Amino acid sequence: MAASGKDDVFTPWTDSGATPLIRIDQVTKRFGDFTAIDNVSLDIYPQEFFALLGPSGCGKTTLMRMLGGFETPSSGVISIDGQDMSSVPPNKRAVNMMFQSYALFPHLSVWDNIAFGLRRDGLDKDRVAARVEEMLKLVQLSQFAKRKPHQISGGQRQRVALARSLAKAPKLLLLDEPLGALDKKLRQETQFELMDIQEKTGTTFVIVTHDQEEAMTVASRVAVMNHGQLIQVETPEVIYEQPNSIYVADFIGDVNLIEGTVSALGEGAELAWAEGRTPLIGQPGAALTKGQGATFAIRPEKIAISADEPQDRRNRVQGKILDIGYLGNLSTYHVELPEGPVVKCEIGNRSRIERRDFTWEDEVWLSWSDTAGLVLAR
Amino acid sequence: MKRLLIGVPFVWLFVLFLVPFGIVLKISLSDIDLAIPPYTPTLEVSDGWAGVAAFFSALDLENYIFLTSDDLYWKAYLSSLQIASISTFLTLLVGFPIAYAMARAAEEWRPALLMLVILPFWTSFLIRVYAWIGILSTEGFLNQFLLWTGVISEPLTILNTNTAVYIGIVYTYLPFMILPIYATLEKMDASLLEAAEDLGCSRMQAFWLITLPLARPGVVAGCFLVFIPTLGEFVIPSLLGGSDTLMIGKVLWEEFFNNRDWPVASAVAIILLLILIIPIILFQRNQQINKEAQQ
Repeated sequence: MAASGKDDVFTPWTDSGATPLIRIDQVTKRFGDFTAIDNVSLDIYPQEFFALLGPSGCGKTTLMRMLGGFETPSSGVISIDGQDMSSVPPNKRAVNMMFQSYALFPHLSVWDNIAFGLRRDGLDKDRVAARVEEMLKLVQLSQFAKRKPHQISGGQRQRVALARSLAKAPKLLLLDEPLGALDKKLRQETQFELMDIQEKTGTTFVIVTHDQEEAMTVASRVAVMNHGQLIQVETPEVIYEQPNSIYVADFIGDVNLIEGTVSALGEGAELAWAEGRTPLIGQPGAALTKGQGATFAIRPEKIAISADEPQDRRNRVQGKILDIGYLGNLSTYHVELPEGPVVKCEIGNRSRIERRDFTWEDEVWLSWSDTAGLVLAR
Repeated sequence: MKRLLIGVPFVWLFVLFLVPFGIVLKISLSDIDLAIPPYTPTLEVSDGWAGVAAFFSALDLENYIFLTSDDLYWKAYLSSLQIASISTFLTLLVGFPIAYAMARAAEEWRPALLMLVILPFWTSFLIRVYAWIGILSTEGFLNQFLLWTGVISEPLTILNTNTAVYIGIVYTYLPFMILPIYATLEKMDASLLEAAEDLGCSRMQAFWLITLPLARPGVVAGCFLVFIPTLGEFVIPSLLGGSDTLMIGKVLWEEFFNNRDWPVASAVAIILLLILIIPIILFQRNQQINKEAQQ
């Protein structure tokens, strides 16, 4: 999301002339009988902040470790900057990794940890010192240089790990669940710091995470993975608004899923979902045919709630409030439809709670626009 | 309740260490005598204060002065230090690779490997040392095997030399070296080595720069655990060593049981203890530093 909203939007993946930094070409990785990565092809461009997102065991870490050189593909080719990486060991790659456990060397000070990689390159003392100071300043840890890793906080350790992996100015930085060990507040702050640093250094970042909010916040593109395959690779906005499958819609954010059959296909798709009800209208997903079983996906925050029947909207259903979840900034209403499904609907709490319009057991109308929902093939 | 809990180890130390130490110290200050026990003076409480005064006035440092007059003793101390140092080093050379291999073995194998290291303790120490006599003697298994393979044409003399003593010590104390090193290597985060490689180290460099420094506490602990008991070792040198193997433990034994000179033997023991205090304090300090580093 480096420059979204401006004219010069950063979207090298739409530019056919752009050369990718990383080219993953039909890569498969097997561990014994288990296929961790199943024929994945993916291009990642310079200066991207690319997120690999998926549940644990989906293969995202394996894919990252192959980029770092810690695993070798069973088949397929990974090239970085045009060079085939299959026979290049980790210590010979212009790639650095920030480990999930941070992997700071406990016997070395913060300073020596950051200097570690530079010294291996045989840089002279002054240049090592200058670079370490620069890195310490970047992560705002100058006053902790002399401390050992066990003498600083978790958040500081995370920043030392980041500084250490950036010190050698790699072409590509891999981040394995970099914020996983931090508490929520610190994690959110650090996300923005990460983005700042990524922009400042111009390094290509590939981040592995199972936290969809984190991926959405930091990444220019997100790859949603499952069972060793890429399900969708797109910008956070598209992933959220135009998920290509029920899996992606369900994995990213909250979603209501209503099953039915496609009754009409035109500008929008109509989904017959219950006997004697007007069909739901939404944007058609890919590979949809009339009469096919499909699922209607609608985000809770796109649904409006009202006491009276909204005549101006074609998508409207009536139901009874089953539950109200109060989250402070917003409330989640669980509305049970007479046909069975429970629809979640999120409303911002613009006014104070005493003035809430609806309460438990109220009969209410839910409505949403023709383009708010998606009809996805099952 | 709290005092009781703290008191228990103190009582333990008092009864099992301080009292015996006091007795040995007292004997070392006494004179040899043909009696039972074979030294004077003994405390005559029936004589009252006069007896106590006579008792203390009879104690002197004569035996310690005697230790300096005969060069057997300081040579034995030096020789013991030398043998203990060399065998500690040899044990480290053998023990470290074993501990390293164990820590690197698949997780499901580690308990079994650990068991194999500890298993010899299930038989008597004495029997295991005797078994080495059977292996190392001129007609022993080792010589028979070497003769059979044709590596040598004359049997080697290993038994009753310092070589046999080193073999015996390394064999006996190997677990004390392996276990602490294994403990430090085993809890080492494998991603540290990956990080080192990632930052440009070869495997070999990563070993020197990361694995070894992190294993240091275990190595130091292991060395002390081998060095301290080896210094006073007497069973191995008397069973496997020759007449020229000079170790203070052996000298001590001979003073006690062959010469029946309890006072001199006690003086030898007290000096040995004083020598050992230095490495023991260093060992404790090492353990303390490790504990602090872990917090």
